[in-house]
Amino acid sequence: MIALLLRDLRLATRAGGGFGLGVAFFLILSALVPFGVGPDRATLAPVAPGILWVGALLACLLSLDRLFALDHEDGSLDLLATAPLPLEGTVAIKALAHWITTGLPLVLAAPLFGVLLQLPGQAMPWLVVSLAVGTPALSMLGAFGAALTVGLRRGGLLLSLLVLPLYIPTLIFGAEITRRGAEGQATATPLLFLAGITLGVLALIPWAAAAALRVNLR
Amino acid sequence: MSIWKYANPAQFMRTTDGLLPWLVGAAAICCTAGVVWGFLTPDDFRQGSTVKIVFLHVPAAMMAINIWVMMLIASLIWIIRRHHVSALAAKAAAPIGAVMTLIALATGAIWGQPMWGTWWEWDPRLTSFLILFLFYVGYIALWSAVEDPDSAADLTGVLCLVGSVFALLSRYAVLFWNQGLHQGASLSVQSGERMSHVYRYPLYLAMLGFFLLFLALLLIRTRTEIRRRRLAALQAREMRA
Amino acid sequence: MSLLSVHDLAVARGGLRTVEGVTFALEAGQALILRGPNGLGKTTLLRAVAGLQAPVAGRIEMREDTVAYAAHADGLKPALTASENLAFWAQVFGGGGIDRALAAMDLTALAHRPAAALSAGQKRRLGLARLMVTARPIWVLDEPTVSLDTASVGRFAQMLAGHMAQGGAALIATHIDLGLPQARVLDLTPYRARPGTRATRPSGFNEAFA
Repeated sequence: MIALLLRDLRLATRAGGGFGLGVAFFLILSALVPFGVGPDRATLAPVAPGILWVGALLACLLSLDRLFALDHEDGSLDLLATAPLPLEGTVAIKALAHWITTGLPLVLAAPLFGVLLQLPGQAMPWLVVSLAVGTPALSMLGAFGAALTVGLRRGGLLLSLLVLPLYIPTLIFGAEITRRGAEGQATATPLLFLAGITLGVLALIPWAAAAALRVNLR
Repeated sequence: MSIWKYANPAQFMRTTDGLLPWLVGAAAICCTAGVVWGFLTPDDFRQGSTVKIVFLHVPAAMMAINIWVMMLIASLIWIIRRHHVSALAAKAAAPIGAVMTLIALATGAIWGQPMWGTWWEWDPRLTSFLILFLFYVGYIALWSAVEDPDSAADLTGVLCLVGSVFALLSRYAVLFWNQGLHQGASLSVQSGERMSHVYRYPLYLAMLGFFLLFLALLLIRTRTEIRRRRLAALQAREMRA
Repeated sequence: MSLLSVHDLAVARGGLRTVEGVTFALEAGQALILRGPNGLGKTTLLRAVAGLQAPVAGRIEMREDTVAYAAHADGLKPALTASENLAFWAQVFGGGGIDRALAAMDLTALAHRPAAALSAGQKRRLGLARLMVTARPIWVLDEPTVSLDTASVGRFAQMLAGHMAQGGAALIATHIDLGLPQARVLDLTPYRARPGTRATRPSGFNEAFA
């Protein structure tokens, strides 16, 4: 399992792997929003939590269609399915690799984008915490969507259609934490909800995703 | 004899063949009677004549949710017992459910414009229905995208299971996110008298009508699907022979 | 007990049975070559043995985790070097002996070249060398000699012979003569599924309604 994680990370950092593309996308989004809604601090600050979270969702979505598709094309997925690793474990590891290459950089870079969008300073820690707690669920749900669409020719668009509705609860609680943080309110309740969703997703989705993969492999 | 004998496609076709004309007739009568009776009710003292849209809105909203539940049950039966008709019934129900959701959203908007002064409000109920609609669309899209029917049935079954959990989760997350304008349930067992009898009986009739309408449409669509499969199987055999 | 025994196996592709009633056994040190025209279902049968696809009928008996599968796609990552690719699969399957595997397919000189820079034949050789690092007794091979030259086919036959000498076995779908005297040949043509015979269980979704 460690070997698979290391391989995926190594592939992501080598040429054509697309490591950091998510962050670049996030940066562009944060730069574009002020052009759309105007540069005023008064306009930007209230929408910043939402924009940042929606940006994180979309950045996460960018690299999802390649999560299993590449392994499917070159036959690795067949071989992994016959390996002693349980397919559920393979799914979990690939989702973890996806999180390390897209989710984690987002978490770390988020304060920078918060500054661009005039997010109040007191909300920064909450933005980082909410992203750190919420993005693992995004990667795992994305892995489920990628497993559903792995054999399809036009899988990319369908993948977004299937995955984005699943992101709604995470988005709601994640943005709520950041918004409450900005307004100096208590954040414990949405944070607990968000953590609960993430833990539930991490515990249960690997089985659903592995079932979908098995169907698509046969 | 158990209920599972109807899972046999031939038995299903035979049974529904006799049932269908009655069902279509009953659905037509109940729908028409419910809506027309609803239209003849007196105006509400607060909402005026706009209240009459409730005879379309409430039954459609009820069916929108119940059809998803039916799809979940049908998917579970397919996944656990591998009854092919069940998978096709789930597939056949999805577009009906999506249309019911759209009717509920559209009638709600038409009613909301004069009453709330807006076509759309990010109210928890409205938002939940929009999310439900997205789930229907995703489910239908996945069915049409996967070519192999066995895989399509399995994948959509898994999606329906996971989707159900997340639809429910979204419902409560949305409640947390925004307390709304929408009034409570029009019909509720616990709250006792909320709606006058004048409105209640035509509403019951309209709900029954919508339910029968769904059943009739579901049977027609499932029968079409079964025939399509039979045709495909016969063509495949023909090609190989 | 034999390494692999297959009883009355039937497989389906695209909802239609392709072959049925296939029975054979594979002992340690044996190789079985499957032959038959295109579209008969050799690949489907091999995938069923590898556990990637459920058979429509029949039994496949073997111990768990004994099959190494190799098909048209080699499972190589272009960004990794030849030895990195092998090392990954060795770790996943819990095997080893990467240097020996590279040497067997004459890839030692190319060990540090990225797989993207290998030719089709070299990739194929690397894909076959992967079998050696899986430490699994049964090799299930689907057209293993595609894009190999004569010398490489000879090297591959040597590798197979070595594998069988160590108590391994191989199930191979191929059209060319590998030059393995100990290999038996099973022609699948007589097992072609006859249309019209009523199956005990539907082989595909659509067939359930016919």
